Amino acid sequence: MVTLSCSELSVTEINRTLRGLPAGTAVRITDPKGSHNLAVGLRHHLAVVVDGNAGYYLGGLCDGPDVTVNGFVGWGVGENLMRGTIRVHGNASECAGASSHGGAVVVAGDASSRAGISLKGGTVVVAGDVGHMSGFMAQAGTILVGGDAGEALGDSLYEAVIYVGGRVRSLGADARVEDLTDDDLLRVKKLVELSGFDHVDPQNVTRVASAKQLYNFDALKRQRY
Amino acid sequence: MCGIVGLHLKDQALETRLGELLTPMLVALTTRGPDSAGIALYGSELPEGRGKWSLRAPHEGYAWQPLADRLAAELGAGVEIRPNADTAVLVSEAAAARLLDRLGAAAPEVRVVGHGRAMEIYKDVGDPAGICARYGIAGVAGYQGVGHTRMATESAVTTDHSHPFAPAADLSLVHNGSFSNHATLRRRLADEGVAFQTDNDSEVVACYVADRMAKGDDLGDALRMVLKEFDGFFTLLVATRTQFAVVRDAFACKPAVIAQCDGYVAMASEYHALAALPGIEDAEVFEPMPEEIHLWSR
Repeated sequence: MVTLSCSELSVTEINRTLRGLPAGTAVRITDPKGSHNLAVGLRHHLAVVVDGNAGYYLGGLCDGPDVTVNGFVGWGVGENLMRGTIRVHGNASECAGASSHGGAVVVAGDASSRAGISLKGGTVVVAGDVGHMSGFMAQAGTILVGGDAGEALGDSLYEAVIYVGGRVRSLGADARVEDLTDDDLLRVKKLVELSGFDHVDPQNVTRVASAKQLYNFDALKRQRY
Repeated sequence: MCGIVGLHLKDQALETRLGELLTPMLVALTTRGPDSAGIALYGSELPEGRGKWSLRAPHEGYAWQPLADRLAAELGAGVEIRPNADTAVLVSEAAAARLLDRLGAAAPEVRVVGHGRAMEIYKDVGDPAGICARYGIAGVAGYQGVGHTRMATESAVTTDHSHPFAPAADLSLVHNGSFSNHATLRRRLADEGVAFQTDNDSEVVACYVADRMAKGDDLGDALRMVLKEFDGFFTLLVATRTQFAVVRDAFACKPAVIAQCDGYVAMASEYHALAALPGIEDAEVFEPMPEEIHLWSR
């Protein structure tokens, strides 16, 4: 176990050290004090634990590591994540998992507004509530909300699908509620297994997807998602 | 971009440490606002009938005492002056309108930055750490403070354009964001006789709140009207002699974090500015919801 303290090292030094560690190393980051940009841009598998509250963009741009935060995180946790898992054992601020292409951002508390905004294939799972405009313009991937969703959920959605265990305060433009299929059940079950959020009943979630009335994203006709 | 910090103390034992606690909070948000900074500090409240005037001279070494003596003679009232770098706090029992009139005539080069029974304001162009050091903010006691670090996006980088804006007694406002209809509201207020010191958009909302409160609104009502009438992006922190309030626009894309515990209510644009506060690990930390007025009174 490698321990890196934010009281002794700058964020740049910590990230540089992380990048230089051999794949598979377990790392503990202590005393984060809300620092921004911790554990960003890591392109190999590490098991990183952040002991405390982190700031913006925790785990952003990563392609491989598993990052766990024992605290809350600021804006843009896992922004543009490519692969790997980020688990937050607290709340997340705005734009959790924004633009992530792959991997999973798992939040045990609530996430603020714009969770999963512009999602591009990644997975965002939130045990509690999400704020307004979550899933805005999400192009591909999955969002599972265990609690309630705020206003304008799924505004201008493309191919991403949102599942909500609680209430949806309002749907955004061109978002609609659809019937659950067997595929949906399987997908939600897998997300419940991944997250461990077993308060979510896969049979009792609301599926929100694009109504495709404002959908103008077919320039590449044979594009697959 | 800009940074906002605020501290509303509930535990009197912390009052001697107000400036000591606020200084690192403000400095932590230098990255959000490196071009200017300002702070409004509330403490050593004067009895009704006396006021403190936060003044700024064009340069350091300004001859404050002769000005104070002249004002005392002309007003027939006591005038104390406490110089601090290029600023001074003037304390007097003279009526506000007369004092402003005589001050304007005697020293047109001196700027009134704010006034009230409890509030003192320090603001300047430059980096927040340098500004705090220049005015000795860390040594100031009090019960409440709000601060701002500015990265100007819509009007000039000058001391006048920096925050807090304090257009009424003991009222201070700091803003992160930008308003899109401030010119319209400025014209309307100006037509009604409201005077502005700058062309800054945040000054318009400060004057709007002052105007509503002068007409009888309480702070909460005035801020609800801000939500109704102002178009743009904003997180606002507003303090009066007795209150401390946070409000965000409907989109809430300008950040805000509040920490609440037995000792204090603290607010900052980013959490790391709060991370060194005593007892923060046990505080309730949350984001204010869009279009909700979060208000504390003492």
